[in-house]
Order: sequence, then C-alpha cells, then structure tokens
Amino acid sequence: MINKTVANVREACEGIDDGMTFMLGGFGLCGIPENIINELVRRNVQGVTCISNNAGVDDFGLGLLLKKHQIKKMISSYVGENAEFERQMLSGEMEVELVPQGTLAQRCEAARTGIPAFFTPAGYGTEVAEGKETREFNGKMHIMERAFEADFSFVKAWKGDEAGNLIFKGTARNFNPAMCGAGKITVAEVEELVPAGELDPNHVHIPGIFVQRIFQGEKYEKRIEQLTVRKK
Amino acid sequence: MLDKNQIAQRIAKEVKDGYYVNLGIGIPTLVANFVRDDISVEFQSENGILGMGPFPYEGEEDPDLINAGKQTITALPGASFFDSAMSFGMIRGQHVDLTILGAMEVSQNGDIANWKIPGKMVKGMGGAMDLVASAENIIVAMMHTNRAGESKLLKECTLPLTGVACVKKIVSNLAVMEVRDGKFHLLERAPGVSVEEIQQATEGDLVVEGDIPEMKF
Repeated sequence: MINKTVANVREACEGIDDGMTFMLGGFGLCGIPENIINELVRRNVQGVTCISNNAGVDDFGLGLLLKKHQIKKMISSYVGENAEFERQMLSGEMEVELVPQGTLAQRCEAARTGIPAFFTPAGYGTEVAEGKETREFNGKMHIMERAFEADFSFVKAWKGDEAGNLIFKGTARNFNPAMCGAGKITVAEVEELVPAGELDPNHVHIPGIFVQRIFQGEKYEKRIEQLTVRKK
Repeated sequence: MLDKNQIAQRIAKEVKDGYYVNLGIGIPTLVANFVRDDISVEFQSENGILGMGPFPYEGEEDPDLINAGKQTITALPGASFFDSAMSFGMIRGQHVDLTILGAMEVSQNGDIANWKIPGKMVKGMGGAMDLVASAENIIVAMMHTNRAGESKLLKECTLPLTGVACVKKIVSNLAVMEVRDGKFHLLERAPGVSVEEIQQATEGDLVVEGDIPEMKF
C-alpha cells in the first residue's frame, strides 16, 4: 500500500503558488472542498485560475476567494448565484471563460485519461464555437475541445482510505471524480479517513492512483443553497 | 391563456411510459408534478442523479442530495448517482429520451437562445448547450411574448444562441406548436385563445392548417 495521507490541510496545500491553475470539485455548494478553499483564502494566493462548475455564493465556497480578489480567471458553466462574481466580470476585473457543463466535465475527464482533445456537438453554431476547429461526423457538426491543464486538482469525497481510494456520497460526487488525476497533483479532502483495508474495494469510486494527497477535513458546514421541503 | 402550472400540465402529456426525462429549471421542473402515475418515468438531473424524487419532508433534507437547480431533493427506489462526465455521457450519447427546457427566444428553424443577454445578464449556459445539441426530442416551455408584449417566437433569434435547429416542439401560454421545415406549425390553442391572437403574438412564420383544436388536459 502506498500511503497518501498528509497530516492536515496546510500540508495538503504545500507547493501552491500565485498564478497557478486549480481545479475544484463541487456543484453549487454541494461537494466542494471546503477546508482547502479556506486554506487558499488564508494563504492569500494571488492571480489564480479556477476551473470549477460554479463560483460559490458571496460568503461561501469560491465566493470567499472572489471577495478577496484572488481569482484572475474563472472557468465555469454557470455563475448565476454570485453578485460579486457578476460585478467583477462585467467590470473586467476578472476574466471569465464560460464552458458548457458537459464539455467542462469532459475536459477534466480528458485531462485525467490522457486524451488531448475531443469533438462534441455542444455549442456548435454558438459563440462557444468561435475560433475552434469544427468537423462533421455522421451528418452532424461538432467542435473540437481540449483537455484542461491544471497544477492542482482539489476534490472532496465522503470517505477515503490511506491509499487514496475515494467514495463519494449522493450528488456531492458531481465534478470530483473527473478532476481526480486531471491536475498535476490531486489533493482529496474527506469527511472520514480510514485505514487501508476498511473500504470494500468493490465500493471504491476512484482508485488511489489518481490521488497524491489525502486528509480528513477538520469540519464541514455543508451549506444548503436552496432549501426546498414539503410538509409531512 | 395558460399559467405556468398549466403549461407544465400540458407538457406532462408528452411524457411517455418508459421515458428518461431531463427537466430544466423553472416551468420544466413543475412538469414532474403532472406526470400520470400509471406510467413509469425516471427524471435525470444533470448534476448526477437518475430517479429523482420530490422535495424531502421538513427536517429530512440532505445537503449531499440536490438537483441541478441546487434544490434539496430525494432519491426514489431504483435511483442511481453518477459523476458529471457520466451524466453528460448519458445526454450526449442520446440515452435520455426527452429534454424539457425554458427559452428566452426560439426561431422558426428551431434555434434557441436562453443563456445570455449581452451587457445585462450573463449567468452561463450550464448544461443547456450540451442538452440541446444532443437530445433527439426537445420541448420548450415558454411565454409567447415578453413583458413588453413582444414576440419571443421569431424569424431569427436576436440573443446569443444556445443551439441551432434543435427545438422540435413548443408549449407556450397561448399554444402548442411544432417546429418543422423552417416554420412554426400551430397544433393546439390554449382555452379561450383565438388563432388570430396567436398569429399576432408570433413574429415568425406560423402555419395554420384546418381547424385548430383547444388543448385538453
């Protein structure tokens, strides 16, 4: 067993630097690496590019980095929940690349699986296709999209073991698996870190080979963005 | 004229037994409330669930279980979870039978615009571009006109496009229409709405053939 554990979030974030590109898992506030985001804020790393489906809300998730103007460029599919984001984007303070959600996921998946580029029909005939190679397959037009390149992938899982194997819970899985192994270094924070041998190998979603560092997060707020319930 | 719930109710009639269905945010989400309970349908939410159920009971909400609108939901028996790459693999691979989504504008050749108003609103396309580019069967739920009374069913879209030549059917507050051969074809009228009213509210070419029946629910 190759042990991937690090003591804490500080050790897990060794080597991060200004100007780097980070991938961050999560959909809305669901399944985001909360402890790592807090550490990025604490370290005040500057001028970073973030690849993440969303940009958090004003006072949680990546919104915390936005508020401190740490993000130079954001690559996302949907950013509608964040007023400060919209302000920085429209004023030109921050660069934004909007990517169709399936293309975003596949550009991560391609990066981790050694596929430099792929063709997708998503965005053909729209501004997303501008400047991109197009090609017809089976009578349908496609555009070429490239794999992402990132310095770090930051992901969050439900359970993990010392070997870096990961299990996700519910829809908190989202972008996290596709980002594992997509960046040069993948750091996973988990709610529960267990010794090797305690996870049933049949239940592992992401094998430890895709993870370089793993630690148990100190605490999880798991904020709900839209609480919707029905009466009993 | 239909309200939002009635639009959803009419669209629900298009949902057939054995369908996997992706519902967009807004009116499309309401469709789930009106699907007949004697047929088997599974709802997909592109953030990673098949077999999405209703909102949880108070106090039973799980922050790790949400839909693409970030609302807390439940998982029905037979549900499954998966990652975003697999989710859009399902969509791109045309395994989802029906996509229902909203629109700001639709053109008579089936182009759709629903993600950006230059200089005013830029929230992003989310999964909409992937959905409209790949789905075989797309129904748009929308208001026929904007707040100023201007038609949203146009010869050509004025807003940045989400997808080209992809919309097959539209259910608006006034009518059910099919998009075929570069024209809107009127199929049904909302109760109490005349063909003339629908024609007036439609900037694009509208084909009216024979008697147009009122919608039934």
